Amino acid sequence: MATMNMLQAINNALDIAMAEDEKVICFGEDVGIFGGVFRATSHLQEKYGKARCFNTPLVEQGIIGFANGLAAQGSVPVAEIQFADYIFPAFDQIVNETAKFRYRSGDLFNVGGLTIRTPYGGGISGGLYHSQSPEAYFTHTPGLKVVVPRNPYQAKGLLLAAIRDPDPVLFLEPKRLYRAAVGEVPDEDYQLPIGEAEVIKEGTDITLVGWGAQMEVISKAAELAEEQGISCEVIDLRSLLPWDVDTVAESVFKTGRMIVSHEAPLTGGFAGEIAATIQERCFLYLESPITRVTGLDTPFPLVLEKEYLPDHLKIFEAIRESVNF
Amino acid sequence: MMTQYVHQPAFMTGDEFSIETFSLLNPDGELYPGGEEPALTRDHARRLYQAMLATRILDERMMAAQRQGRLSFYMQCTGEEAAVVGAAAALDDADMIMAQYREQGALMYRGFSIDEFMNQLFGNELDYGKGRQMPIHYGSRKLHYMTISSPLATQIPQATGYAYGQKLAGEGHCTLTFFGEGAASEGDFHAALNMAAVHQVPVIFFCRNNGYAISTPSTEQFAADGIAPRAFGYHMHVIRVDGNDALAVYEATRQARKIAVEQNQPVLIEAMSYRLAAHSSSDDPSGYRAKSEEEAWRVKDPLLRMQRWLASKGWWSDEEEAAQQESLRREVLETMKRAEKRPPPPLESLISDVYADVTPALQHQLDQLKRHIRRYPDAYPRGAKSLDLTLSSATDTQGEA
Repeated sequence: MATMNMLQAINNALDIAMAEDEKVICFGEDVGIFGGVFRATSHLQEKYGKARCFNTPLVEQGIIGFANGLAAQGSVPVAEIQFADYIFPAFDQIVNETAKFRYRSGDLFNVGGLTIRTPYGGGISGGLYHSQSPEAYFTHTPGLKVVVPRNPYQAKGLLLAAIRDPDPVLFLEPKRLYRAAVGEVPDEDYQLPIGEAEVIKEGTDITLVGWGAQMEVISKAAELAEEQGISCEVIDLRSLLPWDVDTVAESVFKTGRMIVSHEAPLTGGFAGEIAATIQERCFLYLESPITRVTGLDTPFPLVLEKEYLPDHLKIFEAIRESVNF
Repeated sequence: MMTQYVHQPAFMTGDEFSIETFSLLNPDGELYPGGEEPALTRDHARRLYQAMLATRILDERMMAAQRQGRLSFYMQCTGEEAAVVGAAAALDDADMIMAQYREQGALMYRGFSIDEFMNQLFGNELDYGKGRQMPIHYGSRKLHYMTISSPLATQIPQATGYAYGQKLAGEGHCTLTFFGEGAASEGDFHAALNMAAVHQVPVIFFCRNNGYAISTPSTEQFAADGIAPRAFGYHMHVIRVDGNDALAVYEATRQARKIAVEQNQPVLIEAMSYRLAAHSSSDDPSGYRAKSEEEAWRVKDPLLRMQRWLASKGWWSDEEEAAQQESLRREVLETMKRAEKRPPPPLESLISDVYADVTPALQHQLDQLKRHIRRYPDAYPRGAKSLDLTLSSATDTQGEA
């Protein structure tokens, strides 16, 4: 067991995957000798050579197009998009190619070996183009898996699972926690399941659902609520596609109340999907309306970032309102 | 590169370079003076021509079938058979081909059977693609032919990635990707060529410059002298070839393959040709180009040229031509009748292959759908058929796909 921050845990996962399987290949903008702008790929080129860890030209659609072909050939590409805000030039390659490769060929060909890593989210004074949470664009795309870790331990286990998963995975890394989140991480190889949520705190009065960096915020809100005698059950979804309906529904059967929180804008956000599904499954058990605590329906701001973000106080207020409905 | 300074401003446009067109056979099938016949054996040359001929006949028959309403959609390779088949014939049969959509000739050359073509065109239960894509979206794993995808140019950077994997595997294979001059306007084209040059990848970028992107003539597609000069910007080997001359295409591609595989360098080939047919069965070229233009290209028919050359070698005869045409037409008609009678893929194929394994959520959606179809079977005849007959999932009765 070692103490690692999230970047070290991700770097460690990549190192393990590359050591184990020579078909694992890491590439993207600045990931070579520099080790990536956040250093997630530090020392990988030194260790495994330029053929297996390299810089690409500055062309996201090329990175993912290349990665799709490489995966179809049987390699295991781990492609980095430097910021999730810059994934959109590759949208066609991801949505029309990655996601449909197996289906359209009747399983003659697939790009299941592909993992796309990309840092997402706000809280780092990044403004419009270094802060976005684009998960909902991709959860609307059958054929992809979308995974978001909340801490170093989760990041290592989920990334190793993503790399070895038989389907292409979009791995969204909460960059605010890259260095801020520090925790115990086993040195050895381990995987955490894709498609399974985790109840990280049990409670009886209300269910709080989120993923990634938002889990820290949700947990803080839950602490405030507990001080007022409100017992919160906190669930980290971990995988958004596919997502674990059963675990969330089980919790809501018990608590009768639910809040979903994400940084992305409200309208069309993934919280809407969760709310719709849970009201269908748990209608007669609900004591109050399902509430979403999210970013505003605006581009991501800069100076007023704190005001925009769904912080612990906004969630705490939503908890109070739900419980007092 | 060393910077060379000058002290008067001098602009360049690219007109400083002129790119010639490599050709071997004149329209009468005679070797141009100074040209050398490639070392093609009789069998290899005949295989090449027969694939061109089979493609022409398949296209004629299937377009007619589309006009009769038997088929929803079709696209012809007509006029470009030499470019497509000539390129395929210069590859190793285990090299990967990643095509755009008009390159059925390459698949024909590799040995895709008429039956396999038909099953895809009719999207029946034997279609490898399980009836999920529109007609002409063929694919074959055993023949190293990537399943076609409608979005244009997406296959080009994929070819770079595929070939990078081949290079690492070290088995001496390369990838050839086909695309039109219109698709070369997409960003994916630039991304692919630049990455291939930077990472020294054994890939051949084969541009079919057939003059049109649906109705848009190449003069409205780019201002430069075609696609070939773009290679300079990537520091890439490039050759322009007469796309109606199967021998020249063969030889250019053969040498390109050597560069790709032996030097790990990408090559761009621009084959100059003409789309003799409409863009697709949904298009009518009379709205945007003159008949006389088409007629001028008909004289340069790539089949006639290759046929004449073969005849001059004593490797083909009029009798063989007539017999082959007759037997191909019959085969196409017979297989078409069989293919259109085969049942559609089973309802389960709606949800398989989205992921490696069917997710519980998808299974739930299918179960709901089945209950609904059982209630209204007449409204969903295809789905109801597979429910009632409880067919096994679409399997390939002809062996490996």
